Amino acid sequence: MSFNLRPGVTAISEQVYDLHMTIFYICCVIGILVFSAMFWAIFHHRKSKGAVPAQFHESTKVEIIWTIIPFLILIGMAIPATKTLLAMEDPSDADLTIQVTGSQWKWHYKYFEHDLEFYSVLASDMEQVKGKLKKRDNYLLEVDHPLVLPVGKKVRFLMTSEDVIHSWWVPDFAVKKDANPGFINEAWTRIDKPGIYRGQCAELCGKDHGFMPIVVIAKPEDEYASWLAEQEAAYLAKQAAEQELVAMTMDQAELMELGEKVYLKSCAACHQPNGEGLPGVFPALKDSPIATGAVSQHIDVVVNGVPGTAMQAFGKQLGLKELAAVISYERNAWGNDTGDLVQAKDVVAVQNAAQ
Amino acid sequence: MSTMSELHAEHEEHHHAPRGLMRWVLTTNHKDIGSMYLWFSFTMFIVGGAMAMVIRAELFQPGLQLVDPNFFNQMTTVHGLIMVFGAVMPAFTGLANWLIPMMIGAPDMALPRMNNWSFWILPFAFSMLLASLFMEGGGPNFGWTFYAPLSTKYSPDSTALFVFAIHIMGISSIMGAINVIVTIMNLRAPGMTYMKLPLFVWTWFITAFLLIAVMPVLAGAVTMVLTDKYFGTSFFDAAGGGDPVLFQHIFWFFGHPEVYIMILPSFGIISAIIPAFSRKKLFGYSSMVYATASIAGLSFLVWAHHMFTTGMPVQAELFFMYCTMLISVPTGVKVFNWVATMWRGSITFETPMLFAIAFIVLFTIGGFSGLMLAITPVDFQYHDTYFVVAHFHYVLVTGAVFSIMAAAYYWLPKWTGKMYDEGLGRLHFWCSLISVNVLFFPMHFLGLSGMPRRIPDYALQFADVNAIVSIGGFAFGLSQFIFLYMVIKCIRSGEPAPAKPWEGSEGLEWDALPSPAPYHSFSTPPEVK
Repeated sequence: MSFNLRPGVTAISEQVYDLHMTIFYICCVIGILVFSAMFWAIFHHRKSKGAVPAQFHESTKVEIIWTIIPFLILIGMAIPATKTLLAMEDPSDADLTIQVTGSQWKWHYKYFEHDLEFYSVLASDMEQVKGKLKKRDNYLLEVDHPLVLPVGKKVRFLMTSEDVIHSWWVPDFAVKKDANPGFINEAWTRIDKPGIYRGQCAELCGKDHGFMPIVVIAKPEDEYASWLAEQEAAYLAKQAAEQELVAMTMDQAELMELGEKVYLKSCAACHQPNGEGLPGVFPALKDSPIATGAVSQHIDVVVNGVPGTAMQAFGKQLGLKELAAVISYERNAWGNDTGDLVQAKDVVAVQNAAQ
Repeated sequence: MSTMSELHAEHEEHHHAPRGLMRWVLTTNHKDIGSMYLWFSFTMFIVGGAMAMVIRAELFQPGLQLVDPNFFNQMTTVHGLIMVFGAVMPAFTGLANWLIPMMIGAPDMALPRMNNWSFWILPFAFSMLLASLFMEGGGPNFGWTFYAPLSTKYSPDSTALFVFAIHIMGISSIMGAINVIVTIMNLRAPGMTYMKLPLFVWTWFITAFLLIAVMPVLAGAVTMVLTDKYFGTSFFDAAGGGDPVLFQHIFWFFGHPEVYIMILPSFGIISAIIPAFSRKKLFGYSSMVYATASIAGLSFLVWAHHMFTTGMPVQAELFFMYCTMLISVPTGVKVFNWVATMWRGSITFETPMLFAIAFIVLFTIGGFSGLMLAITPVDFQYHDTYFVVAHFHYVLVTGAVFSIMAAAYYWLPKWTGKMYDEGLGRLHFWCSLISVNVLFFPMHFLGLSGMPRRIPDYALQFADVNAIVSIGGFAFGLSQFIFLYMVIKCIRSGEPAPAKPWEGSEGLEWDALPSPAPYHSFSTPPEVK
């Protein structure tokens, strides 16, 4: 562990680091002066050494001096701080724009100028958290889909949230900005060095606030361009494949196997692996009216979420196949035993009805 | 010829005061109420401390061992609420009740029946808050700052209990503050002009105005949370035309003056103790008064420095940065004045003085990290990390709590009429001093190297420092039982204390009252020259 701020990998983060060190040194000097005077008095003006108390108890001159000098020091600090702040808060003329959307407890990245968007979720699994599996080196600081950015380009971030307030923080860029639901915040960075940079959500956003890491991979421009082309192609291919799924029918074993996987990854954090939820916080799915009632209503809840509650819309986060599987799983696991199998076309039907 | 005081003494003999439990329930006496506030505060300190121990035990190692993340959040939330509203604020109110009448030459507080109420509603507020932990869904889990919409849309059902508990705490604080102001304005002894008031009285006088100004703001904020959650309003919901950031503006408009409410009376205490044990008058009395007033004034202009990352126009960020930096000037003046008071004094190191010296050094360290936090561009890096946790614990534990400890040792002989065990006092001091620094100093490092606040689990690189911090935490918690034992021993078997046990102490409570002070402090107002 480093015991100090890191200088980071952007011009701004280096300025911030220098500002931090300057103010730290000024504080140290003031501290040494004040505490030395105090400890001098403690050692030399002790009653046990026969010290006789002096009679002075005010001096307008001295008091004016020690009001004015700190004031001047503050002006000295404020000048570089103002310069850095003005530079930090100028997101104009960006080369590319990324929309960052927080939700409980994942990040969604959307490349504004391209056909590409994806979710980024913690990659350390709960078995590591509970100590049943060995913790990997980047425990709690690893995600399934890192954000990839080009080196040397001005990247503008637009921050927002789907539910509560989150805060997107990567220390190496000196960027920390709140993602507020219903509003959009701006921030920017220009990364100097290729590498992998890690951060975390910095605003208390509920139960899994500690499990919402951020990973950014900075690539040289050509590598970034080829990565982008590849991802865009894959994204479009996936969209097309989704459409083909509508015609397919999956059997129960396949649905249940995939459904369990999706459930554990996307639903178990709230509804718990045993489907019993957390009483008073997150409702149970086992024997619940939604999971055992009308299929279309169940699909609607999973796809569109429930406004005003912690239940998010999973329609965009999960593919059609995954949605069909997880809904089938919820309707047949933990003794729910409805026997209902949901197919991709059922999900599409509900989506179309909503539109 | 019988004097007023003899008549009064006679009257007191025939006074049919209730005995047993009802004596405490019905009492209107400032000393009884002061003692009850102090005992209540210590109880809450232990309860809130126990929650901190849960937090530190969970963070002792990476991974989740003892509690689930939801319960962890309840612990951090309730720990904060209890320490702010249950431990620090009532302790100061207890000290105000005990000391203000004795310091200004009054028989009691000006509004004794209201005083009884303002204390007795507190246990109900905290019972409600603690009971919410046992509700289905658990207690409040959204941090002591309860930011919307986490607290309005995504909170457990116990939020209503939390809101009502805060309302009651706020009412209690306002009643206490009104009492302090009325007492100071009306019951001063003849000749006790404002510029002769002891600094503890001055700092409380200013604090009381802060309380009256900001507690209604908090009441407004929690009421809006209540209606947003239960009655369909959308003050803090963008989808209904509200704004979640508005919540933070309202909360911190209360919250920033609140942190000064928790430190200004400390300045008064330290300004009494440092001169007493330096055997020298306080340096710069009038500049101390003006500094306190200007800190209080500035505290209303800096609330948004808690919210630099929420997205504000750069002009606003600059304004709040400059105002925040300015607070270090009057605060610096205070520290310089205390050092100048010690300079060329004749110093001894009884326990109250040890705590007071530790206060100056450690509070100043908290002040330095506060100045660093004021610098907006760097604050983006510090904000919501353990650096902030270190900062406010230096100010609130080694600041406010240490000053309360210093006050307890300093005035204990006057309260009980007995001397405390100096050896135990020093043991308590050294154990607390060492453990509190092991507890909070390494948190600066955790924050700088990137550990966010309020997380139940953390990356492996933070493991060693967290283990050290937790050990410091357990040691600090245990050390406080030495204090409890010391107080009980003092009450039961201390040596009788003279009226003025400290050679250098000054003030009506030492010069004009015996130890222990009589039930009604001054039946005849003393003449102040």
